Parts: sequence; structure tokens; C-alpha cells
Amino acid sequence: MSIRHGLLALLERGQMYGYQLRAAFEESTGSTWPLNIGQVYTTLSRLERDGLVRPLPESEAGQRPYEITDAGRADLALWFATPISRTDRPRDELAIKLALALTTPGVDVRSVVQAQRSATMRALQELTRLKYGSDRPEDLPWRLVLDSMVFQAEAEVRWLDHCETSLVRHRPGVPPPPPSRPGDAPDAARWADEEARR
Amino acid sequence: MSGSDDAVLELRAVQRTHGAGPAAVHALRGVSLVVRPGELVAVMGPSGSGKSTLLALAGGLDRPTDGEVLIEGQPLGALDRRGLAQLRRRRIGYIFQQLNLLGSLSAAENVALPLELDGAGGRRARALAMAALTEVGLPTLGDRFPDQLSGGQQQRVAIARALVGERRLVLADEPTGALDSQTGEAVLHLLRRRIDGGAAGVLVTHEARHAGWADRVVFLRDGVLVDTTAPLGSVEQLLSGSDR
Repeated sequence: MSIRHGLLALLERGQMYGYQLRAAFEESTGSTWPLNIGQVYTTLSRLERDGLVRPLPESEAGQRPYEITDAGRADLALWFATPISRTDRPRDELAIKLALALTTPGVDVRSVVQAQRSATMRALQELTRLKYGSDRPEDLPWRLVLDSMVFQAEAEVRWLDHCETSLVRHRPGVPPPPPSRPGDAPDAARWADEEARR
Repeated sequence: MSGSDDAVLELRAVQRTHGAGPAAVHALRGVSLVVRPGELVAVMGPSGSGKSTLLALAGGLDRPTDGEVLIEGQPLGALDRRGLAQLRRRRIGYIFQQLNLLGSLSAAENVALPLELDGAGGRRARALAMAALTEVGLPTLGDRFPDQLSGGQQQRVAIARALVGERRLVLADEPTGALDSQTGEAVLHLLRRRIDGGAAGVLVTHEARHAGWADRVVFLRDGVLVDTTAPLGSVEQLLSGSDR
């Protein structure tokens, strides 16, 4: 995702200048995604270059508001209509780390799993506390963002539990097979291999 | 008082072994834990790690093989059966996955039952039960019977029964059971509110999202506490990121 589409969505509400956009962006993501003003202006100039927004005359206070163009509206509509593809997201460093932990001598994989579980669990506690503290109706957009992060953290902990169970069941201290043997390496190790080759 | 300052619950090097000799099963192997007022501690761990044993010992439903359990400074080992039963009724609320509501009693009667068993008069018990039902959002359903309530409502009645009166310690074992995610969240919200009001709680769960409601999460593995999450800052600190 792009800050691009975030800004376009905000401008669809009406014209705004840089600082207003930044404040509105942070408000709608509950400050979970802080933006600096430089990012806002860089993005605005790219949007302007692509004809998706247009600058309006400066106000007396020296602020230049922007408005969305028809092309910008079309781009925004397309964004809302297109599902986010999982392959567009960055590779999961944690999965790669665990896969490497399995095949690296001298690494206690269970400790790696537990350290991550404890850290993710704490993040989940923080998110839950933030959510608990915001139950006004106008907090709904923020709560949904928090929920998304809560569910992702939960999925990560579940996956870590699953990893640990698999470790207990399949690898009680047995050295892993070399990942070079086709069909023998676990999927995760294959991903890691692939990643290493990039 | 022999407890650790203001702890509501304290486990001191608690062991629980089933059987003896080579066939002995060590369910808990030297677990120490302190839970203070206003604190909710979640216990996580794989099946068989000792979570439910820990909760049973904390609630005086089982006795340790070694070590000591104290509730508000009172060592449970020093109590006879009768004293222990009384302490359980007065100070400890239990929320289990199996609700154990009595089908022949109304919601309010189910909630009032522990108070009446403890000698409270009918009118007072009823008033406290209705207050607890109001707290869980069921102020008008006191005269319904369990089979006239939805699953979520039944769970709320069970929670009202656990919270009724002045219970200082709430013990919950997978309290949201098979409830959908919204209803389950409402249950944890209630639990959290009571804890914030000064009670102490222990929540056994394998659901990370539920453990997220706790102030501290401890991890059990093979009967040993292997890890605990760092204490959380205030919401203000979280928002400003200053706890990192």
C-alpha cells in the first residue's frame, strides 16, 4: 500500500494542505502509521506529476491546498476495488529466520520460537490495551486497524505454537537433513534457500 | 499474614505430582507466581504443560504435593475442608468452559446460589445477584432459565456467578469456550473491568488474542514457568512509544 492511496482517499473528502493531510492520515490509522511531513509532500508531488491531484492557489497563510482530479478518483476507485495480493507484501523475515535456525548448527530453535512468542505476545497485549481504551464510536476506524494488527499477531503466535509442536514431534534433537536434497527439505527451508539466492 | 505484601494469590515453589516412583507424572515442578490486585495474569502453554493444574491449585480445588498456595496471605494448606470450602465460596470466582449452570434454577438463582450456600439471606443474595447480572449486561433476564438463554447469555450468567459479591480472585479456564469472536471479546471485557476494579485474575488460555487482555503473560512448559512478558506501560506511554 501506498501512502498515495491514503492521501487520495483523504482528498476525496475535500481539499486539504500538507499538514492537514498528515493529521487526517494519522487520525484514521490511530497513529499506528506515523507519517512525516516530508513523505506527505513527496507523495503529493508524485501524485501531481501523475495528474491524480492538482494544487490550488496558496492561502493567505501560505498554505497550498490540493484537490483530487477525475483521474485521481478513478485510481482510488480501482484501489478500493482491487484485493491486496499477498505476493505484493514483503517476505516474512520471521519464517525465514526460523527456517534458517532449523538448519544452522548450534541454534536452539525452541529458544528462538519462545523469544519471538514472548515479544509478539507483548505486542498483542499493547494492542489490546490500546483497543480497550478506545470505545467511542468515532474511534471505529482506528479500532479496525488495531484489530487487524491483533489478528496478525495472533496468527503469528499460533504459527509459533504450531512450529513448536512440529519440533517436538519431528525433530527431537535430530540434525536436519541437508536442504540440497530435493523433496527432503521442509517448505520453509526451501523458501529460505530461495531467499538466500536473491 | 504471611503472604508477600499485598498479593491476592501467591504460589510458592508449588509442585504437583500424580503417582509415585518411576511412573510419577510431574504436572507442576516448582512454580512460583504472585498476582496482585488490579492484575490479570494469563497462563499459556501447550496441552499437558500444567495450565489447568496450576488453576486448580490456585483455586484450592487441588492440593500441591509440595510448596504453598496463599490467598490474601492465608496459606490454603492450613485450612481444613470446611475452611477451604468457605474461602472458595467467599473469595474466589471460577469461570470454566463448562458453565455448570443448574437447569432447574433461574439465572438469578444460579448467581445467588454461592451466596446462599454461604448463609446470605434470600433477599440480600437476590439483590447481589441482580447487581452482578446487571454488571454483565443482563439486567432483565434474571428470571429466565438457562435453556431460555443463548450460549453467550449463559456464559454471562456464569460470569455473573463468578463475580457476585466481593470476590477478590477470579480464575478463568478458556472462559470464552465456543463463543463467537465478538461475544468472546465481551466476556474478556467484563473480566478486565472487574480486575481494573481491584480484583486479581488468572486466565488460562491457548488463544493469544485472549491472553492479550492480560497485564502479564506467563508461559508454562512441562510443568515449569519458562518465560514471562515484560510489564506494560500506561496507554499514554504506549501511544507515545516512550516505553520502548
